[in-house]
Amino acid sequence: MSDPFLTDILPQLASGAAHTHALGFTYEGVAGDRVRLRTPWRPDLVGDPGTEVFAGGLVTAMLDHVGGLAVWVALRGFRPIATLDLRVDYMRAARPRVDLLAEARCYRLTRTIGFVRAWAFEDDPADPVAAAQSTYVVDSDGGRGIGANRKPGAAA
Amino acid sequence: MTDLLDTLPYARFLGLQTRCEGDVLTVTMPFADHLIGNPLLPALHGGSTAAMLELTAIAQVALVWPRLRLPRPITVTTAYLRSGRPQDVHARARISRAGRRVAHVLAEAWQDDPAQPIASLTAHFSLDHNPDLSP
Repeated sequence: MSDPFLTDILPQLASGAAHTHALGFTYEGVAGDRVRLRTPWRPDLVGDPGTEVFAGGLVTAMLDHVGGLAVWVALRGFRPIATLDLRVDYMRAARPRVDLLAEARCYRLTRTIGFVRAWAFEDDPADPVAAAQSTYVVDSDGGRGIGANRKPGAAA
Repeated sequence: MTDLLDTLPYARFLGLQTRCEGDVLTVTMPFADHLIGNPLLPALHGGSTAAMLELTAIAQVALVWPRLRLPRPITVTTAYLRSGRPQDVHARARISRAGRRVAHVLAEAWQDDPAQPIASLTAHFSLDHNPDLSP
């Protein structure tokens, strides 16, 4: 039985925001508690121009985002979440001019926090470019609601 | 050297600007719509803030310890302290230790008030020239 959240809403959460759209994230699907994103290789997302390899920051952004998707998979629905802490280990250089995949699973979900592991790789999750361990706050907007960050004094 | 970030495609994608006082860099990410991750609040994407901090750290290490190769991240941890509002972000990095092969860097990003950072980064970078050893 298909869950409309997973089939209709999650793909939008994968690439629907301005930043994820600009980076070209594409939704690859869910299998059990694992969710996957792809970033097609692009020259403007390279770190060191001599290498034609994705920037570390792109890998970080993917791992951050795919981890959030994994929390939504665990929640089986949309609730506001925000990354609390994200550690990324870079094991090796990505291959030049090749798409990158990222996969995450939320291995523990409490009332307030999602605990996530994630990997970035070209084709084999067992040979990762980078691995992440991250935590996400659930219901992170504290009920502040739409437009809260536009109000004066929103910093506190 | 201060215009290193102008030469890096991802730094240009984020629109990063660099200012140098002595040997301390201040990097600014001017607000742009394509940095938004949460359109409802709206809030900057954590990935844009983290990438900006990482590039600030790389530029600071490259300024103080120029090498043939750019420093490569080994492990990077970002703590998200406050929601990134739709306005400019500034960041500065401090090198805790730079050895022959590895450097440790702390960096913070803020918007209005440096005493109220929106994110903080702690990272180790490889300074090694050997491509087999450095990521």
